[in-house]
Formats: sequence, C-alpha cells, structure tokens
Amino acid sequence: MLKGKKVAILGDRDGIPGPAIEECVKAAGAEVVFSTTECFV
Amino acid sequence: MNYPVVKGAAYALVQANSMLLHQGSTQITERLKNEQSEHLKALPEHLRSFEDAVCYPPNQAYIGNITPDQLKEIPHPWYENPIAGASRDGKYGEIMPEDEFFGLMKMVDSFDLVVLEESFQAAVKEKLQSHPILKDIKEITKLDSTAHSADEIQKLVAEHNAQPLYFAGKLVGCVKKAHEFDEALSSEVMLGNLANKASAVLVLKQLLAKTGLNPEQVDYIIECSEEACGDMNQRGGGNFAKAIGEICGCINATGSDTRSFCAGPAHALVEAAALVQSGIYSNVVVLGGGCTAKLGMNSRDHVKKGMPALEDMLGAFAVHIGENDGVNPVIRTDAIGRHKIGSGASPQAVMTAIVTDPLDKIGYKITDIDRYAPELQNPEITEPAGAGNVPMANFKMISALAVKRGDIQKADLMKAVDSFGMPGFAPTQGHIPSGVPFIGHARDMILEGKIERAMIIGKGSLFLGRLTNLFDGVSMIMEKNSGVVATDTGFDQEQLRKMIAEAMREFAKSFRE
Repeated sequence: MLKGKKVAILGDRDGIPGPAIEECVKAAGAEVVFSTTECFV
Repeated sequence: MNYPVVKGAAYALVQANSMLLHQGSTQITERLKNEQSEHLKALPEHLRSFEDAVCYPPNQAYIGNITPDQLKEIPHPWYENPIAGASRDGKYGEIMPEDEFFGLMKMVDSFDLVVLEESFQAAVKEKLQSHPILKDIKEITKLDSTAHSADEIQKLVAEHNAQPLYFAGKLVGCVKKAHEFDEALSSEVMLGNLANKASAVLVLKQLLAKTGLNPEQVDYIIECSEEACGDMNQRGGGNFAKAIGEICGCINATGSDTRSFCAGPAHALVEAAALVQSGIYSNVVVLGGGCTAKLGMNSRDHVKKGMPALEDMLGAFAVHIGENDGVNPVIRTDAIGRHKIGSGASPQAVMTAIVTDPLDKIGYKITDIDRYAPELQNPEITEPAGAGNVPMANFKMISALAVKRGDIQKADLMKAVDSFGMPGFAPTQGHIPSGVPFIGHARDMILEGKIERAMIIGKGSLFLGRLTNLFDGVSMIMEKNSGVVATDTGFDQEQLRKMIAEAMREFAKSFRE
C-alpha cells in the first residue's frame, strides 16, 4: 500500500512518536519526506 | 536500606484570566497574525468566573478536597457539574484569584518591575494582609509604596513595552522590562518568570503550613518548572530555587533548577531522594510554579466548541522528601525507571524502560503497583483539541504491556486500566500534570492502608527544544513504609542478607558440581 509513496509523518508524544512510524513506513517501502513528533499537551 | 520518604505535598492553582488573554502563547501568536481575529474577539466570552473555577471538580481534586476516585464518579462534562459550595482552600493547598496573585507577584519582585495602580494595590494589600499564610511574608511591605496612577501604567504599556495586567476589565498594573535591549529580560520573560516565582512561593508556603516543616530546616530546594531565568549571556543561568526559598524564609537552604520539559519533576524527585538517602541533606523540597505561556493553549478549540476556556489555571506543586521516619511512604531508590538515550522511541520501548525495567529490578509485576500516575492532564481540556485522553492512552499502554508479559489476561486489559488508572485532573501546565499531582493523594492512600504502592511517571518532549529528537521519561515507586528504620551500625543489613544468600547459592552449587 505504501510502496513507492512519499510520506509526511506527524507523530504524537503520547501516541506513536515520529521515529517509530518512520521505521514502519520505511519497511513498507515508502519514502519519508518529513517526520516530526509533536507534544499536544 | 534506609529509603527516603515523602513527608508531604502541597498544591496550588491560580486563576489567571488576564494572563490567559494577554500572555498566553496562543493568544500572542494570534495577535501577531491578526489583531482583529475572530478568536480574540470571542475568547473573553468564554472566560470563567473565579467561583466557577473553584467549583470545577478537577480543580478540587488537584487541591485535595476530593480524591481522583471521587472525581471519576462525577459525570462529564465536569464544567457543567460543579461541586456546590466548594472552597478555595484545600487539604493540600488553595486556589487563588488573579487580583491577589498580582499583589503576590509584586511582593516577590526584587527589582520593582511589577507596578500596580494605587486603589487596586490598596485593595489587594488588604486581602493579602488577612491571608492566613501570606500575611507573614516580610515583603508584604512592598504593597505599601510605589503604586502608580492609571495614566502612568497606560503610558508604560503603550510606550515602554510593559506587559499589561487587567482585572475585572480594568488595567490595574503592568510588568516592566528589566533591560533596555536584553530579550532574556524583556517584559514578556519577566512576567512569566515572576508569575512562576510567585506561584511557587504560594505553594511552598502552603507546604510549610500544611506539613509543619520549619523553613529553617529545609536544606535544599530543587525547582523543576519549564521557565528559564537569566540574561542575554546565560539565558538559563538560574536560580529560581533560591529566589523562591529566600521569600519563604528558608535561610539554611541552597538549591538549583532542574530541567527536562514535563519530565523535570520526576528527575528532581529522584535527585532529592538521592540527596537524602546519601545523607548529604536531610530535608529537600522539590517544587515548580506555573507557566503563563500555556494559559489558553487550546482555547481556539474550546471557543469553537462553545466550552469555557478551561486552561485558565496556573498550577504549582511542592513535595518534601526527608529521611526515613518509619511512617511516611518510601521512595524505592532501587527501582528508578529511566528512558535511556538508547532505549528507542516506540511506545513499547518507552514503557518498558520507564515501567517494566524498574519493576523487574525488584521482582515486581505490573499488577503489583496499585496505581500508576503518568501524565495526568485533564481530558476535558485535551479531547476537544484533538489530543485525546492522555492518561488513558498511557494506562492502556501499561495494560497492554502487562498482557504481553503475561501479568494479566488479554480479556482483563480494560479491567486492569480501571483498577490502576484514574481520571486526569491536572491543568495542561507542562511539568505540572507529569505524575506529581497524585503524590499527595498517593501518600494519603498509602498511609490510610488503601494501597501499598504507586508509580509516579514523568514524560518529557525533549524534541520541542530542537536539539534532539529524543524523548524523556523517568519513574519512581512510592511504597508503604515497613516501619523499620535502619540504625547506623556500620553495616547494611540488606547488603548482608544478599551476601549470605549469594554465599549459600555458591555452596549449593559446589555440591551439584
């Protein structure tokens, strides 16, 4: 589903942080063009 | 081993509607983009009265008049279910209105930066003179002089970049800049730092009053808020701790500031525990004042959804860590959790580092902890803003880890959450919700025999400082005191037990060989 796609990641400190999502989508063949983790509290 | 103990905890809130409107970062940004924005026009209609803030159930839980378990029984939305007849005075502290707080800011201001209008100053002086714990602060005499006229204050705001202070719709004062060019001493920074200092003074005075701790007995103060005090050459030079202790008469104390975003208090508690257990100091106070920038942080969403602007509270806390008295709950310094630099960022890695690694060290299961206190943000504030129920997310992660480890069955995941969790009741003041609001309740529950132990968890978003992508987290376990206080006999009984056990294991092994 993600193979060859460009992905922008917005992670959540109290949910799934950016680097963890990054690892998953890279493994699925996507290209990470932006990744960040934000704190919403 | 003589563990240090939690001798007391105090909590304070300050309702700060004026600072929400004028110094909250969301409103500052909005004003910079468009001074006539719809949000800025609508926001004043969503501000609460002081009475509404006092009767708001989570605020009553924060100052200890109801327990988190009692809060859980109150139906949502809590702002539509106030506690009738609730008091501003609490078991652990108090809720202060903004006019008195402006007076307190002037009292703690060592450089005459806080300016109040004459009649307003006279009125707050009268109130503070009858305040049970603030009336004896010697700096109350600052309210006798240097009042200004309304015109002078208007001129300071309009022409000299002073930060305005409003009360009941009137300009009643301002905070001046402390340097002509230095941005670290600008009026914005000075207002934030003075509000932080004043709220920390309020909560330290509460701690001293509620626990009977003599200020002269305090050896060390660790301040752990998220503000920075300094000048252009050393922006975070410090030292809030000594500045706060000075006002409260802690003449024998020294102190320092510890920072790690919202995890700061958890680090500070570990440091305090270590200082006491090592014998360096006998009485250490960990404290943090409130953050003006975070006031009304999610107010755009609250306004859009027709809710009150619930982020109108400055939060503050103080905890006294002392030597083992055989009574108060101990801090298990042999089971401190920490998110290491190499721990990884996945939720599982984070929770393993903070929660299960320390439990494994002392042979406990996840279910051996009666209550977990991770981030305790009030969900009524965060959910409308799309940030979810933060404590619930953390409880679910801990419970999922318990399933994975075989501590509980998958079917019991939510049952475990219900058993060791609690509703969030802290204002979204960064370091304030991070585990520490439960320390007072946990201490009482342990002393009353309702629970055996609780884990306090602080989590910090280090990536917000743009120096690292790392996350942070620290935990500590509060546990019922065994009642045994080790005497200084020159050897450690616990260590001796371990040595004998090891020798016997070796002996048994030699038989097998």
